[in-house]
Amino acid sequence: MTSAQPTLEDYRPLAPAGTIDILRRLSERVRRRRLLNVSASREIGGVAEILRGLVPLLEEVGVESTWESVDTEGTAASMGVRLHHALQGDEERVPEDVFEEFRTFTRARAAALEDGADMVVTHDVLPVGLVESRPQEGAWVWRCHLDVSRPQRRAWTFLRQYVVKYDAAVFSLPAFAQRLPIPQFMLTPAIDPLGDKNRELSAREVDTILARLGIPQDKPILLQVGRFDRFKDPLGVIEAYRLVKRQHDCRLVLVGGAESDDPEGVELSADVREAASRDADLHVLELAPTERLEVNALQRAATIVLQKSTREGFGLGVAEAMWKSKPVIGGFAGGITAQIMYGITGYTVNSVEGAAFRARQLLADPELRARLGAAAREHVRQNFLLTRHLGDMLALLATLTR
Amino acid sequence: MTERAARTPFHFLGCWELREMLGRRAYDERELLEHLEEVPVDSIYFHTHSCFLRERNFPGTYPNDFATWAAIQVRDRVLGEKLGIVDPQDFADLESLRTEVVSLIDDHVSQIGSVPRVMFGEPFYFMQSRVLEIPTGIKVRTLREFRDALARVDAAVVYLHVIEARGRKGRRRNDFAAWIDEQLGLPELAGVVSRLNPFPFGLERVRARIIALCDTALEGAP
Repeated sequence: MTSAQPTLEDYRPLAPAGTIDILRRLSERVRRRRLLNVSASREIGGVAEILRGLVPLLEEVGVESTWESVDTEGTAASMGVRLHHALQGDEERVPEDVFEEFRTFTRARAAALEDGADMVVTHDVLPVGLVESRPQEGAWVWRCHLDVSRPQRRAWTFLRQYVVKYDAAVFSLPAFAQRLPIPQFMLTPAIDPLGDKNRELSAREVDTILARLGIPQDKPILLQVGRFDRFKDPLGVIEAYRLVKRQHDCRLVLVGGAESDDPEGVELSADVREAASRDADLHVLELAPTERLEVNALQRAATIVLQKSTREGFGLGVAEAMWKSKPVIGGFAGGITAQIMYGITGYTVNSVEGAAFRARQLLADPELRARLGAAAREHVRQNFLLTRHLGDMLALLATLTR
Repeated sequence: MTERAARTPFHFLGCWELREMLGRRAYDERELLEHLEEVPVDSIYFHTHSCFLRERNFPGTYPNDFATWAAIQVRDRVLGEKLGIVDPQDFADLESLRTEVVSLIDDHVSQIGSVPRVMFGEPFYFMQSRVLEIPTGIKVRTLREFRDALARVDAAVVYLHVIEARGRKGRRRNDFAAWIDEQLGLPELAGVVSRLNPFPFGLERVRARIIALCDTALEGAP
């Protein structure tokens, strides 16, 4: 954050009427209970994004909340990416040595973990094994942010041995629920409307940032923000853009990049850059995780936002764009289908052609864009703001730590 | 009469719903039937009553999840219509409602001779919820105070006192009607409020109707 940390009261004009008062009352039930969140990183990725806004608000309403990461140096990122891909259905076989590396990693991290919390929430794969060393007291919850609707069996079987030792699991969608002997709750992730990624920007700020990024605003902008991996389908987005371009003069901005230890991502990134090198209206931007204002400005400058994923745990970028009243064209995958109400707040598509058709339709119809955009913002206000997520966490704490 | 102050004030309660997944899913109408016979009664409640909490701005096609799934995901509009007309308020309890839904689907599948299945849509995911009651801090003693407070509270308050009161708690009439009768001594108004049915129209219509009824009663007050 570049500005001061927002307080709960700052969210009152943005959240649905009455929400802040309800949250204050709800928090009275769990005041002074201790909550520990454990994630892979405090800097990178959607989980860090969520916790960055959530943890201070939990503290403000009286929950003694702490947040630890198990991979501060990023040394286990490669192992984490491989397991994430396998859990999201990638068919590439995870070698046994990755599982062994995971066991060693877990043992080392568990030894350093402080106990004494009333509830411990571990997020995604890297910290899941900490439950092996859990103390008797306190509730342990595994929060899975991934699309595990069709996991690679071997990877899921490996992970499941840890998951069953928790008191509850939390998934983002009913489609991700598994056969487990523990309660499974549904909490959809949420965006922080006051964070740098989503806070209001003036037209001048947007113009300044786009000029600095070298993106002219002389034509409608199609935008996709997302890592360059095949689940985000950046090449499919380029194909769709080319079909749109036959009828509408526009630009495509792809914000992404690939980790150097992800060979498939690096190759895909090269393909995307090669395509961009032959088209002056196709821009590829590689932004650091800290460049949140830049993403904010690009989403505000975009005419249409795409998230043409083929697998997606939730896809916070969709909610971010919807909050900015943008019509979003999303892939029919995972949490995107829960955010986009077809024809009301945007469109979900199943193909390159589908994405191109909807983009053409939206470019040709400003009134449709405005109508979908307004409904999209309201849908996010009711369902996907940080205040709702705070309420769900308080309710979970009240339920599991009675 | 209408300006009478109640001895026991009405405390408006809000709620927060924590959703729980049962890990059961149905890909066709026969599977839906089989799960329906086995799931906890709280799941029947979730899919027939608490839709109102989740679909405040953009209501589903029908006022229960079973009907909407049949019509939209399976594309079996006939079953959607048959289930859509089911009014939970017509049943004494949730087990009776479960029996009716099961019977309707069983009868439908027997009649058409095949089992409609999702081809391109989503399966039906069975869920239930835990609803945490939360005091809003608003308490009223007169009909006018009640009317004014009702106009400004969150829709979840209306849900808790109208739908949850009867559907899950099994009360004979909704909390508003009971208080208006027992504390304000207005049995006629209470009777009309008691008969208001949220199922075809949603919470906001019920709220608007109660406010209008209160206004009428207040206008006629001496």
